[in-house]
Amino acid sequence: MFLDFNSEIPIYLQIAQSVEDDIIKGIFKEETQIPSTTEISVSYKVNPATVAKGFNILVEEGIVYKKRGVGMFVKEGARNKLKEKRKENFYITYIERLLEEAKKLDISVGEIIKMIERSS
Amino acid sequence: MSVIEVKNISKYYGKVCALDNISVKFESNKIYGLLGRNGAGKTTLLNLITNRLFPTEGEITIDGDTVIENDKAIEKVFYMTEKNLYDEGHTVKEIFKWTNEFYQSFDLDYAFSLCDKFDLKPSKKIKSLSTGYNSISKLITTLASNAEILIFDEPILGLDAYHRDLFYKELLANFIKKPKTIILSTHIIEEISDILEKVVVINDRKIAIDDSVEKILGNAYCVSGSSENIDQFIKGRNPVNIEQMAAFKSATITGQLNDNDREAAKKLNLQFSKVELQKLFIYLTKGGRQQ
Repeated sequence: MFLDFNSEIPIYLQIAQSVEDDIIKGIFKEETQIPSTTEISVSYKVNPATVAKGFNILVEEGIVYKKRGVGMFVKEGARNKLKEKRKENFYITYIERLLEEAKKLDISVGEIIKMIERSS
Repeated sequence: MSVIEVKNISKYYGKVCALDNISVKFESNKIYGLLGRNGAGKTTLLNLITNRLFPTEGEITIDGDTVIENDKAIEKVFYMTEKNLYDEGHTVKEIFKWTNEFYQSFDLDYAFSLCDKFDLKPSKKIKSLSTGYNSISKLITTLASNAEILIFDEPILGLDAYHRDLFYKELLANFIKKPKTIILSTHIIEEISDILEKVVVINDRKIAIDDSVEKILGNAYCVSGSSENIDQFIKGRNPVNIEQMAAFKSATITGQLNDNDREAAKKLNLQFSKVELQKLFIYLTKGGRQQ
């Protein structure tokens, strides 16, 4: 879990994204519990309504589900679902930004491809 | 239920107006920040809510009952004041026991466990405590009161960073365990902005803002870039603050940001950043009259 309080992104979205990240990384495994509202609220000093709003996004997306009286659990298949979603956004999030920055610095597409080949 | 309704309240001290026809509602089970500059009227409002002052005009109710000379309404509230209201020769433990007499729901075990966490000896006399520990003894009494409405006036006065952090965490844990109406009146805005759900700002004797933190911050943004491009961008918009350093300029603008704005900013090579609640507060209360 990582929250950046200086970021332009609202905290409730960051909470949802952060849980997603940890599911993709395999920290929160399928059918295991994610941190509770209380744990996140108290340790990050965030209003519990903000945490609940972040969790709601995850519930609506079918990433986690609520076990009554116990807490939130990662759904089966959540990891693959998230990977697919992130892949769809990969172009906008990374490639577009990369090209933008490269344009500012007069780096050609050919040079970018060479850099990628060098690092892989 | 624990709703405070302030209806058309005015308060004059002689001919001096402290609050001018204000109306505001504090809903149950929410954490409020009551913000305002020095002398804005925050403490006056809190004293009116707790029947320590009489309004010149208007009415305040708690769950529909007037607060004036009404124990039924007043005992729902525990008010932590900046000033000490009891004999400072008493020990912390005596204050707990005394509070226990008046607040049936006071939790003595919880109070002692908080003393442990904050490293406060309950056998100490109030007058022997430093400013920080004096605040801590009052914070603990308020948290342990278990009242339906907790009001804190400058709760973190003199507290060091460790104790402030501990207070925020204990406050949230307390609130989650047993939801209640909490009002935090303070000058230290940035530290508490993520703890709050709603914010009420008093400026120039009136309510200037009464909204959720999310909406307030969602309705303002900061944009920066070259001076000429910023000048071009802010045309027809509503900047509340502009800062310039050499050819660099940044503007804080109120209003919603839409895709067209983002597109326009991109063409002008401008960058967006987050507006902090504290900064927004400073800009919006800059013109506030001091008493």
